[in-house]
Amino acid sequence: MVSTGIPTPVEMKRPLLGWLIHDGAVVTQRNLIAMMRVPEVVFFSLVQPVIFVLLFAYVFGGAIPIPGADPEAGAAAYREYLMPGIFGQTVAFAAAASTVGLAEDMSKGIIDRFRSLPMTASAVLFGRTASDAIRQVLVLTVLSITGFIVGWRIHNGVVDAAAAYLLLLLFAYTVSWIGCWIGLHMRNTETANTAGLAWLFPLTFLSNAFVPLTGMPKVVQTIAEWNPVSSLVLSCRQLFGNPTGIIGDTWAQQHAIAYTVISCTVLIAIFATLAVRKYRQTAS
Amino acid sequence: MADVFTQRRSDNAIVAEGLVKHFGTVKAVDGLDLVVPYGTVCGLLGPNGAGKTTTVRILATLLTADAGHVSVGGIEVLKHPDDVRRVIGLTGQYSAIDEYLTGRENLSMIGRLYHQPSSYVNPRAVELLERFDLIEAADRPVRTYSGGMRRRLDLSASLMGRPSILFLDEPTTGLDPRSRQQMWEVIGDLVKDGTTVLLTTQYLEEADRLAEQIVVIDHGKVIAEGTSDSLKNDVGGDRLEVIVSADSSLDVAAAALASVSDGAASVDVDSRRVTTPVSGGSTVLVEAVRALDVAGVHIDDVALRRPTLDDVFLTLTGHVAEDVGAQPVSAKKRRGRGGKEA
Repeated sequence: MVSTGIPTPVEMKRPLLGWLIHDGAVVTQRNLIAMMRVPEVVFFSLVQPVIFVLLFAYVFGGAIPIPGADPEAGAAAYREYLMPGIFGQTVAFAAAASTVGLAEDMSKGIIDRFRSLPMTASAVLFGRTASDAIRQVLVLTVLSITGFIVGWRIHNGVVDAAAAYLLLLLFAYTVSWIGCWIGLHMRNTETANTAGLAWLFPLTFLSNAFVPLTGMPKVVQTIAEWNPVSSLVLSCRQLFGNPTGIIGDTWAQQHAIAYTVISCTVLIAIFATLAVRKYRQTAS
Repeated sequence: MADVFTQRRSDNAIVAEGLVKHFGTVKAVDGLDLVVPYGTVCGLLGPNGAGKTTTVRILATLLTADAGHVSVGGIEVLKHPDDVRRVIGLTGQYSAIDEYLTGRENLSMIGRLYHQPSSYVNPRAVELLERFDLIEAADRPVRTYSGGMRRRLDLSASLMGRPSILFLDEPTTGLDPRSRQQMWEVIGDLVKDGTTVLLTTQYLEEADRLAEQIVVIDHGKVIAEGTSDSLKNDVGGDRLEVIVSADSSLDVAAAALASVSDGAASVDVDSRRVTTPVSGGSTVLVEAVRALDVAGVHIDDVALRRPTLDDVFLTLTGHVAEDVGAQPVSAKKRRGRGGKEA
């Protein structure tokens, strides 16, 4: 268009990775603004984990003994044990937000618009995963305060605690990619809502998040020990200085932090590749 | 053919040759040819399911054709989609703007994704907001906008990168008459500025008003092409429509009208309507009523009207422009919105 106005497009040169980061940041910002404009969504994503804390702390708390913990401590020990579990479960559910968010964008025309722009295609996915992980910062803050109120404490100092929070965010980012990949397969937002949540319940309950692994049947226990949620939660318990229960013999349990980082890295590599490929294919 | 294609490609804004696109077993586009010279407006006219949207999506790099050559702005779409994206703008059938962002934020986001610096993006956004009468609503979230405002913002978004070629997929579908009129004015202005526009529409009137070149498509093929005048000549002149009373025979009515008509009459039994092409203006109305009276046919209504898309189709294809419905991919993409897609 040769119009009357002054602004004229200019050619900006940047390496491909530079554009990916630039475009990813634009999409991230867009998602975060949208999130802030719908406070209900933020509110309910905070309410659920808080309810879980209260439920487990005060309903199941007294009934679940923690092996290796001081028997005198009882319910108080369980609350210390519980909080990293709730953290782990909560960040895992970040995946559902990605699934629904992406399915929603696909159902509106906005993805078509993005595709018709000279932007980096995968920036849509990088922006989605980044903004959903960033949202978890807020969620973890509220959860930590709730935990503090029910008696959970950080015992090992700032550096270890920071490492624990970083691990949680890494995990949120990882499952967010899996959520994106699922979201790209969804035909509408209703299905996305269901499918986005369905796999998260076994993922988080087949772990040490709420109950010690020692009480499970052998096969289930082995699966649970290799479940990255378990290693994440165990890592957090170790880093925060909370009761860990009896640590399993598997490598994943013995080297929880290393296993968490490795499994997250591998999962991101796999699902980012799959999701980007699926995103490109959906075009044709 | 490839050499001819190369030559045409450098002369025209849009060139498509032998375009084919399947969705499963459905052939959405079936050997479509299209040439749009620079600085002109081409109207792609056809009913739902004719392949209009699929064609636009291929040209705008959203879909890959199964066969055929496509070039947009002299660039081969299949080989260099990113270069094509730099010169095109696309406004789809449904608003591709973000509900929760303000009008200004939407435009700014699109401008940045066109890889433009804020020294371009910000003034350009203001320019478009002013031009499309959205400046007062610029800092309100889009979800507070009316349908017409959304459509104008959507069009602004596709203009953020100053495209030389603009694709408009049913730009006025679902708009009230006033907003439609506004949209037509806006598109007219763009064309005056030298933008090449390819628009799809179901309305003959719209194609007539905006496009110098009209391409009629049906079942993924071009069935007619030309200026609106030449198409109207093909279709013939006015149509005489008679609603026959329940106590009279439709066949007798059709036979009686043969004396005033220019071509074969079509009979719709359900609505008891006989339609026939005529010429000669209002005198033909008088003659028709007289002929029906002589034949003893009672009528409920009689009217003279301009040819419609239905008439174009009836004349060109011998079948009525029926609503074929959504194609598989389209249905998937546009769920929950009536699935109206072509």
